Amino acid sequence: MKSIIKRKIFLTLVVFLIWLMLAGLEAYIILIGILCSILIVFIFGDINIQNEWTFKKPLRYLWFIPYAFLFTYEVIKANLDVAYRILMPNLPIRPGIVKIKTNLKSDAALTILANSITLTPGTLSVDVDKDNGYIYVHWIYVRSVEIEETTKKISAKFEKILEKIFN
Amino acid sequence: MNELISFIIISIGILADIIGCIGLVRFPDVYTRLQASTKCVTLGTCGIFFGVFFYYGFTSIGIKALLVMIFIFLTSPVSSHALARAAYKSNIKLSEKSICDEYKKEKK
Repeated sequence: MKSIIKRKIFLTLVVFLIWLMLAGLEAYIILIGILCSILIVFIFGDINIQNEWTFKKPLRYLWFIPYAFLFTYEVIKANLDVAYRILMPNLPIRPGIVKIKTNLKSDAALTILANSITLTPGTLSVDVDKDNGYIYVHWIYVRSVEIEETTKKISAKFEKILEKIFN
Repeated sequence: MNELISFIIISIGILADIIGCIGLVRFPDVYTRLQASTKCVTLGTCGIFFGVFFYYGFTSIGIKALLVMIFIFLTSPVSSHALARAAYKSNIKLSEKSICDEYKKEKK
C-alpha cells in the first residue's frame, strides 16, 4: 500500500515538471498545473505494465530509430501514391479486403503494426484476429489475393523490425 | 531562411490537406474515403505542425507542436480503423469496383 502512494507522489512530480517545462511561470498557471497533475495521476496512476521483463533489456528500443526512418519514408510514398489516385481523372483504383498473416503476439506490437499498415501505401486495417494471427486489410489497389503475397507486400518490412523490439 | 523553409513545409501540408478533401468527395465508398482522409489529412496536418515547429524551434510553442504531431500519428489511424470496422459491422457494402472480400468468408 505504501509503495503505491510513494509511486503516485513520484508520478505527480514528474507530470508537474513536464507541465512547468511547457507552460509559463505565473501563479495561476502553476496552480492549475498542480491540480491537473494530481487529477491525472489519481485517474491513470495505477495502470499496470503487462510484461515487466521487457524493461530489463532497454537496448532493443534502439530499433525504434531505423523504424522511424522506414516509417517516414513509407508514409511519404503512401501520400504520393494516394494523391496520384485521387487526382487522375479516371480514378485508377481496385479496392478490396485481403488477409495477411502476422507472427506478433503482444497487444502493443499488434497496435503498432496495425497503425503502420493504416498509414502506408493504400492500406487500411479493418480487423485483427488475435488468436490465429490474421489482420484484415482494405487495399485500395489489390495486386494479389494470395496470403503469402499480400503479407510480403504489406507488412513484412515492418514486422522484421517489430519482431526485434517485442520478441 | 528558417522562415522561408517553414512556409514551404506549411504550404506542402495545406496542399496535402486539399488533396485529401478532394479524395473525400471523389472516391466511391466509405472505405476508400477513409483511406484518403487518413493518409493525406494526417500527413498534411502533421506537415503544418512541423512547419510551426521549424519556425519557433525548441520554445514552448514548438515543443507543443511536436507533441500534437505525435498524438495525431497515434490516434488518427486508430479512429479510422474503428470507423472502418463499425461500417463493416453495420453491413455497409464495398463499392461495385471492388475485387475481393476475404473478410466476408470468415464472418458468417
